[in-house]
Amino acid sequence: MNTQDSLTRQLAALRRPAPDGTVDVVLRRVDLADSFAVVEGPTGPAYVAWNGRGVTAFVPVDVAGSPGDFAHRHPRPATQVDAPPERLAAHLDRTMRTGRIGRLPIDLSSIGEFQRKVLEKCAEIPPGEIRPYGWIAREIGNPGAVRAVGTALGRNPVPVLIPCHRVVRTDGKIGNYAYGSSMKRSLLEREGLDPDEIEALAGRGVRLIGSDTTGIYCYPTCRHARRISDVHRVEFRTESDAEAAGFRPCKICRPAAA
Amino acid sequence: MTTTLDHLPAHLASDLDGAFPDLVRSTSNGIYSGALQLTRNRHDAEDVTQETFVRIYRSLRSYPPERIRSLDLKPWVWTIALNLCRNRARSRARHPEAPPVDDRIDPTPNPADEASGNADLAVWRDRLSTLPTPQRSAVVLRHVVDLSYEEIAAATGRSGSTSRSDVRRGLARLRTLIEEEQ
Repeated sequence: MNTQDSLTRQLAALRRPAPDGTVDVVLRRVDLADSFAVVEGPTGPAYVAWNGRGVTAFVPVDVAGSPGDFAHRHPRPATQVDAPPERLAAHLDRTMRTGRIGRLPIDLSSIGEFQRKVLEKCAEIPPGEIRPYGWIAREIGNPGAVRAVGTALGRNPVPVLIPCHRVVRTDGKIGNYAYGSSMKRSLLEREGLDPDEIEALAGRGVRLIGSDTTGIYCYPTCRHARRISDVHRVEFRTESDAEAAGFRPCKICRPAAA
Repeated sequence: MTTTLDHLPAHLASDLDGAFPDLVRSTSNGIYSGALQLTRNRHDAEDVTQETFVRIYRSLRSYPPERIRSLDLKPWVWTIALNLCRNRARSRARHPEAPPVDDRIDPTPNPADEASGNADLAVWRDRLSTLPTPQRSAVVLRHVVDLSYEEIAAATGRSGSTSRSDVRRGLARLRTLIEEEQ
């Protein structure tokens, strides 16, 4: 009986705790947890989080605080690692450099349908151009939902990458930004825009620019509007003013439903 | 731990993603401890532990809630883990050129493992490896992992009385083995 007791005691002593991090690794492998790392973003260091489906968050370090603070506020369990996997890092770099999503995978699977549509539409806005909130509302087939578009963009989990800084107030003012309007202005400046000039134009009531050679009107930052030389440049306050003058909306920036 | 496991099937059925981390937390030490004795080294044991939970999650994803609610979790988890331990042993035997990592010759021993008697793990693994597979699994599940005979029976697909005699015979062999060592 004694040997039996000592034998089972020795067997029980073979128990070992699973290695630290087992739970994290498993949760990451089944996509219930994200990894995150610090990367160099366009406005300084930023936390980027991702899982097997793509990027789930992007927050400047000076906004998020410590890694612990970031992980705490992240909607899913998240553990810090040194760097994103090579492929993801390459796509991420390209997106931050070019201002275009390209092939960077972004995981919007836990986001509602309306917000997802808003974010996907926003991602189509090219760098160096801006669109009003009402444009997104109209483009996604929900022209009355201007405020809801603002809210959806305000909750963009991946600002900078999905360029919600390129969406401005319908009256042409630069407007708010989740990380403060000064960051919004500096992101636009990096893309070659002059926020003061944009607001000055809007201040004069000018929301649209036309060319009297083509008879087409655009949003002022549309790449086609910026090619118009001063002598052929016509300014409009509203779409109906432009239409009344015999102009049609640009098919690229689509300032009005075609 | 037992109380958590009692409520866990219901939680998993209603909120799989929310309850799954609790399942991993409450059963991973047991799986790892058992796998340490049923595979060749702690790297294999880590792999088996992770893989067990990945498979469990995928299965649970595909099960209807009624089926999850009626699961006897511990034995079910161990059915999967035992299979993986067996596959691991089989693939090691088939691919002997695979790096022969063993805790005893691990070039980077973990000081914490050393302190907690890593050498014992290897000694017992050798002793247990001389037992026929059913006895070896039964002894490990009963005395290392601390499953009941009924749970062992459910996990291995054998009867309760067979599991009981597997454990008894396994222990008897181990005793003889230890006496011979002295």
